Amino acid sequence: MKFGVVVFPGSNCDHDAFYAIGSVLHQPVEFIWHQSQDLAQADAIVLPGGFSYGDYLRTGAIARFSPVMKSVEKFARSGGLVLGICNGFQTLCEAGLLPGAMMRNSGLRFICRHVRIRVEETDTPFTSAARRGQILKIPIAHSDGCYTAGESTLAELERNRQILFRYTTPDGINDAAGNPNGSMHNIAGICNSQRNVAGLMPHPERAVELALGSADGLVIFQSIVEALVGAAKATA
Amino acid sequence: MATASTEIKVTPEIAAEHGVTREEYERIQQILGRDPNITELGIFSVMWSEHCSYKSSKVHLKRLPTRGKLVVQGPGENAGVVDIGDGLVAAFKIESHNHPSYVEPFQGATTGVGGILRDIFTMGARPIAVLDSLRFGEIRSGEQRMAGGTQRTSGLEAAANRRILDGVIRGIAHYGNCFGVPTIGGEVAFEPCYSQNPLVNALALGIARKEEIFLAKARGVGNPVIYVGAKTGRDGIHGASLLASAEFTEASQQKRPNVQVGDPFMEKLLLEACLEAMRTGAIVAIQDMGAAGLTCSTVEMASRGGTGIEIDLAKVPQRETGMTPYEIMLSESQERMLLVAEKGREREVLAVFKRWGLDAVVVGRVTEGGLAVVKDHGRTAAQIPAHPLAEEGPVYSRPLAPPAPRSESETDWFRFAPEGTDLTRNLRELLASPAVASKRWITEQYDTSVRTNTLAGPGASDAAVVRIKESERDTPGGKVTRALALSTDGNGRWCQLDPRLGAMHAVAEAARNVAASGARPIAATNCLNFGSPEKPEVMWQFSEAIDGIAEACMALGTPITGGNVSFYNETLGKSIYPTPIIGVLGVLDDSSRVLKIAFRNEGDVILLLDGGAQSVPSSEARNFSLLAQEFSSSEYSKTIGHLVAGEPPAIDLAAEKRLIDCLVALAAGGCLESAHDLSEGGLAVALAESCFAATAAESGDGAAALGATVMLDSSGPAEFVLFSECGARAVVSAPASRLAAVQATARQYQVAAREIGKVIRNGALRIQYGGRWVIESPLEPLRDAWANSLERTLTAK
Repeated sequence: MKFGVVVFPGSNCDHDAFYAIGSVLHQPVEFIWHQSQDLAQADAIVLPGGFSYGDYLRTGAIARFSPVMKSVEKFARSGGLVLGICNGFQTLCEAGLLPGAMMRNSGLRFICRHVRIRVEETDTPFTSAARRGQILKIPIAHSDGCYTAGESTLAELERNRQILFRYTTPDGINDAAGNPNGSMHNIAGICNSQRNVAGLMPHPERAVELALGSADGLVIFQSIVEALVGAAKATA
Repeated sequence: MATASTEIKVTPEIAAEHGVTREEYERIQQILGRDPNITELGIFSVMWSEHCSYKSSKVHLKRLPTRGKLVVQGPGENAGVVDIGDGLVAAFKIESHNHPSYVEPFQGATTGVGGILRDIFTMGARPIAVLDSLRFGEIRSGEQRMAGGTQRTSGLEAAANRRILDGVIRGIAHYGNCFGVPTIGGEVAFEPCYSQNPLVNALALGIARKEEIFLAKARGVGNPVIYVGAKTGRDGIHGASLLASAEFTEASQQKRPNVQVGDPFMEKLLLEACLEAMRTGAIVAIQDMGAAGLTCSTVEMASRGGTGIEIDLAKVPQRETGMTPYEIMLSESQERMLLVAEKGREREVLAVFKRWGLDAVVVGRVTEGGLAVVKDHGRTAAQIPAHPLAEEGPVYSRPLAPPAPRSESETDWFRFAPEGTDLTRNLRELLASPAVASKRWITEQYDTSVRTNTLAGPGASDAAVVRIKESERDTPGGKVTRALALSTDGNGRWCQLDPRLGAMHAVAEAARNVAASGARPIAATNCLNFGSPEKPEVMWQFSEAIDGIAEACMALGTPITGGNVSFYNETLGKSIYPTPIIGVLGVLDDSSRVLKIAFRNEGDVILLLDGGAQSVPSSEARNFSLLAQEFSSSEYSKTIGHLVAGEPPAIDLAAEKRLIDCLVALAAGGCLESAHDLSEGGLAVALAESCFAATAAESGDGAAALGATVMLDSSGPAEFVLFSECGARAVVSAPASRLAAVQATARQYQVAAREIGKVIRNGALRIQYGGRWVIESPLEPLRDAWANSLERTLTAK
């Protein structure tokens, strides 16, 4: 089993994801350069946060055309696990691997703080180790995190139970009050209809040790590890 | 000027337009043995500008202590370097970008951050944290009485100051967030004098292995000189000499083309590429192109290395066509580096930059003989001896004169209110004042958690604390558990009243803040913001401040390892308050022992540590009018009494040292649950903030918040006891079971540890004094005033 963390020029959470997977979870992990079309036989790909290609034009809009994304798309379409965090989520939306788009935060400012998100679905490789309804304390750090989609897309996301995380308050009761950026339906993270590609705006890789204020993000990486171990056993 | 060609005949008048005096011009002729051409004049003018040459400050800076057993590199390089153990070093430095931030707040601030980050990674260190020390004019209209009259801030002026603040904050956030370095601390203060001259001082910290530190010394005749990074354009020409080295007039807005434009994405690529190139072992020296651009980098590398250097401008990547040698040499386009590689290994180095999509071109070579030669398509555009240009510039011992003494008497000082004054209401007002209020609205715009090292971000502890994770993979067998703490401080108001004492307080407070996070202060950096050095009063302030810093740094064991001087901070002839900003770095041996300000558990005992209780007479023994004189310089006096006068509190450096050592020992012993030093707003504000931080740290499970009930038994006016800003004190909390251990440690360091109250889960702050509840309030209204007033003020239309 191996994780691959893609490095775009301007990625700045690549080392953090690498550290969370390699040093905290002790799983094999490798960097994958944006110009490479070889995914290094990774079993799960992480698109990290940052400002890929400077995010000039639109967040993630240039990254989606990078050589590595051709391989990531192919990998995803063949059922490979892909997790996009923050700028990675934006890139997955731009690439059409996830529905919807990200707009400027409703307050028109960059926001960095711990937020609470509620795990909505647990039948995915990204959330299986969590409890449904579990409240996670995870930091956000973005200026373009307002998840936006058309009525029919939102309805489909709800119907297919593709909304994995919603912003909420610490007690999990008032989602609207916990929404930091104006995201529609308080969406913090979603998956595709095949449930093998997921994206979220909060940074689980920044919440992997209590010293950092929270270890709640670990459950997402642990879910992926369990899914991969399970898959390996199934084919053995 | 910007379109000048090399054919222009240089005269002393043209030299004067470049800010070069007649004596300086004669010195140039002497060094060259002839008249300079226009390009050479341009080069001399930037190298000898106040900003680059420190010509007015040099004679004073010599008095700063710069040595210590942990100092690896003192002032003179791109950044100071100190040994932090385990084969690791920290590179850190603070620098100003004041004038550009007034002319164009967003770009001024971004390029300020970009410049200091380059200084750090030029040393081979990866930046791991940024702090910003900011000063703005008042953001609320109003007035205050001062010696020499009343200072008014109109509604329009306050609105303008809010706009400047907004641009500066966005600029800092934009650059740091995109670059991927956490912006984790610093401070923001407001005084009318910064209205048309805000201060933007950015500090960056980086980590490297000791043997990997790079210096900017050209070596090896024949070695190639390589230009990397952004292309050179016409932006920022004369930024150093015109913007940073002259005061402002009403025409300053016309200087906008002199402000550089920052591109954090380019800088991020430059960082990764430079660190990777350094690891090839093929790089001999490296220098960023900051102030004075290509000129400064070529000349300084050659001068430091004792070599010559020759470059060909035709090879320099250019963004625009038709640039003259003058323009290319003086451009301050951002995100550029100059490096010297080992001959024969150019290809390896160039390949690294190509991989990162950056321009990298061999533009010249290291030569013998000490001449800096600039060629342009085969013609010699400039030819100057490097060492005299870099090191033998003018040095001025400018005249000093103390300002006319302020004739103040008791009637000018703060009048302590009679009993029955609503001190709770005054505390709430103080908590809502921009200086004291939570800066959350600002700091939430900064990415504070990227790199996953932040153990204490803005407001969590008295200092910002980052762990050192980088080294783990390199350290065989052992996990590095160290963390670094940083704090910047500086009280311009106090320095205006007494520059020497104010500067000492700046050092003491920064060191105390570091110690209150549990770290041992080891070194300092300084950014000295002053008015025009051509005014004897300003030079006197500068000289006094230097003496104050020197004395405090000696006493507290924090040598100055670098920094920056910013003169000419004045607009329309009016100087800012002298504002030395001190950044102190500390080491925490065990990163799990970080002290934070939040109260933690119900029932914990609250103690007031006082390093000065041994020597300074307590308030009852001191004369009432002296108390009033000292209190007139406090935040309380400014906010509640609308009065700024008197003197800063007396300082006892030995007491500060005792308190610092005591806090470090208590933290290492794991004795404390919280620690918070007393500064703006004194004891009452410190207690309130420890309560507020507890509320923020808890998840809001419905139970009442942690509050505090405190009984004070000294004498003197209640306002003095609650709000005095005397130094060497901290509020700490500990469980009753560890009380004896805390007191034993305090005794060992000769620090008084007075039990003053308890942490109580009643959602209230109550302080009894003289048998009366002088402060009594539910926490929520106090917290609301503190937490939200800055946002309310700044988002007001």
